[in-house]
Amino acid sequence: MLEQVLAALVGIFFAASIYLILSKAIIRMLLGVTILGNGVNLLIFTLGRVSREVPPIVSNGELQPAAGFANPLPQALILTAIVIGFAMFTFLLVLGYRAYQELDADNTDTMRVAEPKDAPRPPLSY
Amino acid sequence: MATTAHTIDPGDLPRAMLDIATSLNDWVIILPIVLCLMGGAFLLLVREWRGAQLGLTLVFLAAIAALEAQLFVRVLTDGPIAMTMGNWLPPFGITFAVDVLGAGFALAATIATIVVVISYSADTMQREVRYGFYSLIMLLLAGVTGAFLTGDLFNLYVWFEVMLIASFGLMIIGGRKIQLDGAVKYGFLNFLATTFFLIGLGYLYGLIGTLNMADIARVASQTNSPAMIAVAGLFLLAFGMKAAAFPLNAWLPASYHTPDAAISALFGGLLTKVGAYALLRTMVLMMPAAREVLDPVITTIAVATLLLGPMGAMAQTNLRRAVGFIVIGGIGSVMAGIAISGLFGVAGGGLYAIHSMLTMTALYLVAGMIEQVTGTDDIRRMGGIYRASSGLSILFLVLVFASAGLPPFLGFWPKLLLLQGALLDNDGLLVAAILINSLFTSIAGARIWAHVFWRNGREGEAPNAINPDLKPVAAAVKRPTIFASAVLVALILFLGLRPNILLESAQIAAVGLVHPDRYTAAVNLEVPDK
Repeated sequence: MLEQVLAALVGIFFAASIYLILSKAIIRMLLGVTILGNGVNLLIFTLGRVSREVPPIVSNGELQPAAGFANPLPQALILTAIVIGFAMFTFLLVLGYRAYQELDADNTDTMRVAEPKDAPRPPLSY
Repeated sequence: MATTAHTIDPGDLPRAMLDIATSLNDWVIILPIVLCLMGGAFLLLVREWRGAQLGLTLVFLAAIAALEAQLFVRVLTDGPIAMTMGNWLPPFGITFAVDVLGAGFALAATIATIVVVISYSADTMQREVRYGFYSLIMLLLAGVTGAFLTGDLFNLYVWFEVMLIASFGLMIIGGRKIQLDGAVKYGFLNFLATTFFLIGLGYLYGLIGTLNMADIARVASQTNSPAMIAVAGLFLLAFGMKAAAFPLNAWLPASYHTPDAAISALFGGLLTKVGAYALLRTMVLMMPAAREVLDPVITTIAVATLLLGPMGAMAQTNLRRAVGFIVIGGIGSVMAGIAISGLFGVAGGGLYAIHSMLTMTALYLVAGMIEQVTGTDDIRRMGGIYRASSGLSILFLVLVFASAGLPPFLGFWPKLLLLQGALLDNDGLLVAAILINSLFTSIAGARIWAHVFWRNGREGEAPNAINPDLKPVAAAVKRPTIFASAVLVALILFLGLRPNILLESAQIAAVGLVHPDRYTAAVNLEVPDK
């Protein structure tokens, strides 16, 4: 049951993030990317099978944890992905702010320094 | 696989852990990456010691190149080798597995980096050095090398991110407006691509419970195939975006011309090839069955990229943007190799990527020199350099022909392999696309050459008017830049004339990818019965 709920939640996260990323405002795209990252983390968590009875700890004298333990690997993956995603988010946030200061643009439509809108035609001789 | 299902008795422990230490010889697998990371950290520690930064970087890079050369020769003669972190027995630990493909890519990447560092050394500004320019280069190389040498899919994701964050730093170092603009587009789209990779990776783990590449190759065929096709599709999306294959190529011409030419050269040489490498790994080695199903999609992407890359180059007025489109056209050849698959296709695609690493780096470096000589980045405002320096025009023309795949230059051999593979497959569309790509690339390159070198003055002026902005090469370009680019072009020429070692290595690499039994055995997993 919990799987279905989590799967639906992942779907909502993805839908919201895609909606935001398709917008042209940098700050919305940034929010979209963050929500997408969280959606993916939740996805990996769900795909690792949700079993929450026993912590994955090997007790004394045993060689493996008790049956039905929570899968620790997705948690390790997610932890890595959270850290990386946070670093990327911070960088993009500062980058977006600097771009706003320097280029006076927080919208990809008006951010045309690298690709000017009225680009000259290619040379026609030869 | 599902580890929870077994009950373990003490006698089983050797099945989970290796009880012998990794031999000193095998440390060479991880040493290039360790040296990159430690080098980056060390250079940051001594960042105030600015005079020594360049020398230290070159010492580290030379050591890495030597190790990788040794590694390459070893995997070429003895077959793949692997080592698993923490002595866990695969598939439990994070594995690093090196075969000819990975070692060759890593070596080519290091050579390109050395050339870029030497060529940029005289132009690096104090400010950039203080902001950790050389550290970032080492970290970028760490990410790239890690991606080439790892044998674990999640670890590949981590190296992608290492590479990405280092490239963000390099792209905006200097902080000009145009760089910020380029970095916004580059940053968002590439971060999105790695997130797609992560989604595919999550599904794959949920499906088959392993992330070890050799293990995936072993069990992928026994799994629910529609789901595997979806995973392969996600990987194709993610890596295709990183490789700048059509239709996900828009970020490359929007950003690669914005930083300094040397950084463009590093990016153009290294970054898209990591995406191409990951595609070869996942599609050919891990999920051949899913690739078979996706074949029409990959073929379409390959054909479109092959044709639109050079056509984009023809339509540009900005020199380095035009070069960016030529890079994209080259990615089309690698995609064609994946579409053809089979021994010829994989050998051709892999070899083309190696060629592309060297040639695109050199092409961007020469483009940077042209910009320095003419003081502009607009092809129409250049002109007349042939009169100022015929040497520069020869370098550029060799590189244009090499990237078009004309004999006797390096690009010819992988295209020959690709054509051979496509003809064996009776795939007329790909044959035509590969040949037309060569023609279009020659036209685009020759047009640039004619405008920049051949005609005397700028466009719109009388044919014999001398371009007044032209500076003599010796004054405008620093000596290390000329030296490094010339050496790289000489290497491309030499490898084009003596391609035997490359062709043989490419064949061995292709056999290793298409029949991964030795790879699986090296990782210490049981080879499945056929």
